[in-house]
Amino acid sequence: MSVAEKYVTAAYCVVFAVVLLYVVIMALKLQRLEREVDELAGRAPAEPEADEEREPAPVG
Amino acid sequence: MSAPGATIRRTVGLSRIPLPALAAASLVLVTTALVLVFFVAPTDINQGFSQRIFYFHVSLAFTAYACFVCGAWQALRHLWKRDPRADLQSYVCVHQGLIFGALVLLTGSIWAKISWGHWWVWGEDELVLFLILYLFYCAYFMLRFSVEPGTQRANLSAVYALFGVVLIPVSFAAIRLSKEFLHPRVFTLSGPNFGGWILVTYCVAQAALLVLAYTLYRLELAGKRLDLRLRELREVLA
Repeated sequence: MSVAEKYVTAAYCVVFAVVLLYVVIMALKLQRLEREVDELAGRAPAEPEADEEREPAPVG
Repeated sequence: MSAPGATIRRTVGLSRIPLPALAAASLVLVTTALVLVFFVAPTDINQGFSQRIFYFHVSLAFTAYACFVCGAWQALRHLWKRDPRADLQSYVCVHQGLIFGALVLLTGSIWAKISWGHWWVWGEDELVLFLILYLFYCAYFMLRFSVEPGTQRANLSAVYALFGVVLIPVSFAAIRLSKEFLHPRVFTLSGPNFGGWILVTYCVAQAALLVLAYTLYRLELAGKRLDLRLRELREVLA
């Protein structure tokens, strides 16, 4: 491999590495946000399950 | 010829493309560009193999410029129409522009080392002006995060992003004004200084990086919006 080939490969690897790093950072951030959504969903009050307990009645 | 209104509607329609589809398009285009760069494009007679950096280096530079212009456009929308989404969109555009700008400086330095024997040449107007443009946008973040979130921060950031866009034509024109002529001039008033497979490869690389930038923009914007809504929800629940 010539010197020019090494430098060109390095340049493209740098581009790839930076984009990969960015995607990894974004993925970690989205994971954190997902955890926060789960945490908030756990804190929210549960909805009453009244519909299932009601007996059907004729209407009209 | 299409009306300007139709062009704007088409641009707005881009936001409806699902993120996975954009990611797949980016992957396909970047892979195609790399295949063309390393296996199809001919080797340059003057610069040899090292000229292959050109395809991504120049495309990265134009993508960075496009991000900064888009950031300025969103900033204008914020100031003019008071669109509540525009401030965040402008911020994400500038952030993308900085990432691509950093890649331009890195790939440019590597190319300079092969071609000129130096990592950086301070006498080259084009290089120095691009660095000034880059540092100007770095200062955008210093300004933005030194002000409390709210209308004042959004307004200050928007005005700064609008001023920054003035530096882009200066940076681009510096290639023509430079006396040293060390930096290659690939685009002239009569068109590009190349053709055939070199032009095809360049166009594919440019399209690939623009689509990649848009995909990353959408990804970051989605994350930022979710973060913002979660904070609001936390405040409501607190």
